[in-house]
Amino acid sequence: MAIGWYLTVSAIIFCIGGGGVMVRRNPLVVLLCLELMLNGANLALVAFARMWGTEDGQIFALIVMVVAACEVTVGLGLVVAIYRRRLPIDVDELSELHG
Amino acid sequence: MSAVLFFIAAIGAITGAIGVVLVRNPFYSVLALAVHLVSLAALFLLLRAEFVAAAQVVVYAGAVMVLYVFVVAYVGGGEQLASGAVLRVLGPLFALALAVELCIAMLGAGLKGVSSKGAPFIPGFGTPRHIGQLFLTQYLFPFEAASILMLVAAMGAVVLARRRRGLEAEEQAAFRVEAPRPAYTGTMAEAAGLRPHSGDEPLTPEVEAVGTTTSDATRQQGGW
Repeated sequence: MAIGWYLTVSAIIFCIGGGGVMVRRNPLVVLLCLELMLNGANLALVAFARMWGTEDGQIFALIVMVVAACEVTVGLGLVVAIYRRRLPIDVDELSELHG
Repeated sequence: MSAVLFFIAAIGAITGAIGVVLVRNPFYSVLALAVHLVSLAALFLLLRAEFVAAAQVVVYAGAVMVLYVFVVAYVGGGEQLASGAVLRVLGPLFALALAVELCIAMLGAGLKGVSSKGAPFIPGFGTPRHIGQLFLTQYLFPFEAASILMLVAAMGAVVLARRRRGLEAEEQAAFRVEAPRPAYTGTMAEAAGLRPHSGDEPLTPEVEAVGTTTSDATRQQGGW
């Protein structure tokens, strides 16, 4: 398959994730949609690595995975902390920092 | 063959992604994301990125998904309300416009490589040997920075999710298990002989509550 197909799939996945971040209100699902966006970017990186025949893009994808895992850990810790304080688990309701 | 595999994996990845967004129950969203990740690993394999595919399955579909499932089970789904009317209409529109724009930008870029099948295959491309060699030579600094980042994130998660004494005094009091534990059920005091064994005297319906202050007599005998 041509590299362009992979890039198309990655763009579609990224946009589904982006739409999900805007539409959904549960922070857990928002985190899942962020994962989708990162995965779309990962697919594009690996596709470009294949296109150039070098492994630099794969290294980049692995680093993105590390960052995504860290982000998920901190995000889920926040969700657990929100739950412990009996606050609503809803990104629209959590507006203490709104100013 | 590779085209068939590509379409199967791509359809799996895209349906999984759509499922994450559309399914109401967060638990099913997590399961849809697992489907998406496995399909994406297949796409990585088709792109000859063996190590990335393996890491994807182990790290994401293994570890991160388990974390998600635990948190969803702990927090609970909660009621899923639809988002505000404006974002609900604008969000999908924006996503669609972004998809079209990205496709035009990438496919219409005129790069020769985009319409090709990629560079000629080098034996060993994408294997752990090559990746590890790159990580420990050319990309040593990002590797170390990533390890420090993971350490910081792990500590941060522990600090964020720990129980805070002052904030949750009443909650802890509400959650404290006050189930009475029957006496003579194998405490350390019984094992050490400080308290008579269950066989020595008839079982009385005496109970002691866990975590609460007991009478002076039992305190002298040692509770645990």
